Amino acid sequence: MNNAITAIRRNGVALKGNIETKHTLPPSVKSRNNVLRTSLDLFANVMHCQSLPGVQTRHKNIDIMIIRENTEGEYSSLEHESVSGVVECLKIITRNNSLRIADYAFRLAREQGRQRVTAVHKANIMKLGDGLFLQCCREVASGYPDITFDSMIVDNTTMQLVSKPQQFDVMVMPNLYGNVVSNVCAGLVGGPGLVPGANYGQVYAVFETATRNTGKSIADRNIANPTAMLLASCMMLDHLKLNGYASLIRNAVLTTMNETRLHTADLGGQGTTSEVVQSVMRVIQSKGQLISEL
Amino acid sequence: MMAGKAWRSAILNLLRQWGLSGNAKDKLKAQEVSQVVGVLMRETPQPRTFIRGMQTVTLIPGDGIGPEISSAVMKIFEAAKAPIQWEERNVTAIQGPGGKWMIPPDAKESMDRNKIGLKGPLKTPIAAGHPSMNLLLRKTFDLYANVRPCVSIEGYKTPYTDVNLVTIRENTEGEYSGIEHVIVDGVVQSIKLITEQASERIADYAFEYARNNQRASVIAVHKANIMRMSDGLFLRKCREAAEKHKDVKFTEMYLDTVCLNMVQDPTQFDVLVMPNLYGDILSDLCAGLIGGLGVTPSGNIGANGVAIFESVHGTAPDIAGKDMANPTALLLSAVMMLRHMGLHGHAKNIETACFDTIRDKKVLTKDLGGNSKCSEFTDAICQRVRDLE
Repeated sequence: MNNAITAIRRNGVALKGNIETKHTLPPSVKSRNNVLRTSLDLFANVMHCQSLPGVQTRHKNIDIMIIRENTEGEYSSLEHESVSGVVECLKIITRNNSLRIADYAFRLAREQGRQRVTAVHKANIMKLGDGLFLQCCREVASGYPDITFDSMIVDNTTMQLVSKPQQFDVMVMPNLYGNVVSNVCAGLVGGPGLVPGANYGQVYAVFETATRNTGKSIADRNIANPTAMLLASCMMLDHLKLNGYASLIRNAVLTTMNETRLHTADLGGQGTTSEVVQSVMRVIQSKGQLISEL
Repeated sequence: MMAGKAWRSAILNLLRQWGLSGNAKDKLKAQEVSQVVGVLMRETPQPRTFIRGMQTVTLIPGDGIGPEISSAVMKIFEAAKAPIQWEERNVTAIQGPGGKWMIPPDAKESMDRNKIGLKGPLKTPIAAGHPSMNLLLRKTFDLYANVRPCVSIEGYKTPYTDVNLVTIRENTEGEYSGIEHVIVDGVVQSIKLITEQASERIADYAFEYARNNQRASVIAVHKANIMRMSDGLFLRKCREAAEKHKDVKFTEMYLDTVCLNMVQDPTQFDVLVMPNLYGDILSDLCAGLIGGLGVTPSGNIGANGVAIFESVHGTAPDIAGKDMANPTALLLSAVMMLRHMGLHGHAKNIETACFDTIRDKKVLTKDLGGNSKCSEFTDAICQRVRDLE
């Protein structure tokens, strides 16, 4: 892990698959994914959930950007057994990190021309912790009068997401709720095989699949959906300002997604990973002229 | 344990009490027989509820639309000839000696005596200086398990069909311990408490519930990859309970995986057991799948045999007193209560009457897409339930 982190510090950018955490091991063995995120201070996890035309889902026209605080909250890994049989797990919310993520959310919303930011919280119960988060969001919101700001309690949010997901635009939230909401939204637009995710810090950026699954049960069978990872790599290319290549590959991937015949098992089809990749490559190669212009 | 003939007649007696069969065993369904077996195998002595005759239940109508939906339920129960006597009590926060907030002593006494309660929505005024009423009730009766069966309602269309799962949420500790501190200015710490005792209690309850209600599997929902010690302890207790209930299948699943799969294919889930926060989120998510809080039943199980069934929607002050409310959630919670008491025949009749009325679409309240009054909807159900007798 240390070598990996050093390499990322050197290169500034990484593309990453999920590393399995054996949760039956003792607490001293931390999740390596979490260690990577906190060591590099990748404070913002960004996920763009969009309904894809070629994919059948129960809800249509979803276009939600989820911005999740990625370093603290419930993922602070601070636990102790004060008395035998009683475990305390600390959730840390800081003003600095809350302001930082709220600011990131509003700046991104403005950049992307989005109208509304919704803060997701449980401040009615966690009055101090989520209360602080909410307060920071409000403070930042006041500096962006062009963007509407509202808030919603997390349990109501999930209920709204499964009935009327179209009402959401940009959502910002602490770590754990981000975990829940990201997975709900990924499921709504078609599953873990489709949605890319990005982790941004001040200096470094790491790109991965949004729902961070190892997919152990389907590994090595040539049935995994490469879409999420491919789209993540396109996000990486955009980050590196290689926008031409990013668009080229992204369009090829989305074109391939429209072919129901090529859909992998997670989308209800029988296509293989290699078939999908071949198809993407073919679409790219057919655009020969465009490549030479890049 | 009884043997042979004694066992057989105990089963037949219980079935008769539940109004399920007059004579022949062959008219019974296997399901009903194993329900009885589940009851007989329970360690706890038979509560008074299983004795034939009228059973008194504490009714807390609540605020806003509470009184009108409670009347609706009472009317339907009367039409169904359910052997229930209602003892109405009001629950408000009062300050006892020493300034401690509590519920009125007559409400407490009634519930302690009757053990079973049905509750409508209670309002919690902001800045009232006292904790929420629901929290007070929870603490007073040690309501440790919140149980929400989520079943798709045939007449009420949502994007999800064939949902049939139950969320069992630990309701006393976890992230809702209410312990928070400001460490230094700008740094807040919220404490999530997981104890061996509470985890064991909820795990045992979940497996007992599965067994008593013919549910094939229990899934423990957790995030032990990140919260190794706390969720790890919770999981350990679930595993131990699983060992004691080998007839029920047990699996563990990450919270995020559950969420991901739940919105894609909820039919793969059966009984889910989890700590407080995940339970709060997931139970509301599942309610959303079947149509929202207006149609979702809920039950709270406490220590000492207390069980309070409730509707989980709000008080809807804007429609209160206008005969517009939808009593479905409270009614289905009352049906859950009947099942808990072993009155399966009456439960089935009332539930069928309710679902048939909704499926028929002729008389529906506004939130269900119709424009009938609450009283009209109630009367339609009463008529059907009388016809089912």
